[in-house]
Amino acid sequence: MKPDEHVYAVRAYLGVYAALVGLLMATVAIARLDLGAGNAVAALVIGAVKAVLIVLVFMNARFSPPASRVFAGVGFFWLGILLVLTMGDIVTRGWVPSAGE
Amino acid sequence: MRHRRWPVAKSEPLLAHQFSDRTQQVEADSLGMWVFICTEVMFFGALFTGYALYRFTYDAEFRLASHPVSFLLGSVNTGVLLTSSLFMALALHAAQRGDRRQLLGFLWVTAALGVVFLAIKLKDYSDLWDHGLVPALHFAPDLPMPPRAQLFYVFFFFMTGLHALHVLIGVVVLLGLSWLAYRGRCSPADHPTVENVGLYWHFVDVVWVFLYPLFYLMGRSS
Repeated sequence: MKPDEHVYAVRAYLGVYAALVGLLMATVAIARLDLGAGNAVAALVIGAVKAVLIVLVFMNARFSPPASRVFAGVGFFWLGILLVLTMGDIVTRGWVPSAGE
Repeated sequence: MRHRRWPVAKSEPLLAHQFSDRTQQVEADSLGMWVFICTEVMFFGALFTGYALYRFTYDAEFRLASHPVSFLLGSVNTGVLLTSSLFMALALHAAQRGDRRQLLGFLWVTAALGVVFLAIKLKDYSDLWDHGLVPALHFAPDLPMPPRAQLFYVFFFFMTGLHALHVLIGVVVLLGLSWLAYRGRCSPADHPTVENVGLYWHFVDVVWVFLYPLFYLMGRSS
């Protein structure tokens, strides 16, 4: 099968849409509870699941040409490096006493 | 219904001369679009990283500062964009089947939902203006605000504003595409164009999916 020929069935799109709306309602419901730091984690995890659904099905990344899939992954991978190294620095500052203290 | 091809239009050149076959051409189209999306990921990514850094540093202030941001408008707008993405996907499906009437209809619904999103965004911004929460232009909060509230609103307006600009560009591109389809340019050569416009539109949706929890949900329960 050539990559440009993959066509999702309408039912697949509707299914993903239903899942996205369900996740949105779950986010709204969870935001009303007080879970402390858990609120932010839950909201971001649900956001990430939504993003994965959109990228894989709506953006058809599952059936894109291999080179396109590499680039789809690389963007987010590099973003991960940026986030992890920056936050790794910020979060761990002050763990080790410096000479001046 | 899964792998049907378009009827070939005689007048349209299917293959640009620099490509050896059509698969190569379609893959090059798609790759170019994904490279562009990569640059967009880095563009928004730097802002998200900046937000993460300051939010970590001033967590309590950011939570308090975010209270006047409308949870309702943000949630409705998320629904609007997700729905527009569904119609964009259906538009591509129509293009793949060569159904011009459906393609036009779905493109128009997608663009209309983009306009609805922008209208709600405008209401959102004007409410914050009324509260005096627009940094640089009108920052005189009528509500008690923690220190560094302005920092939160700088991120808020810069990130959601940049996103809204992307939605606006998307609406213009969608209308341009539907004009092409209306003028009868709806041949197999055009279906990758619909696909690439779709990639852009869905990417803009993905960005919003992260802006929504970061700005509209934070501190909602506290």
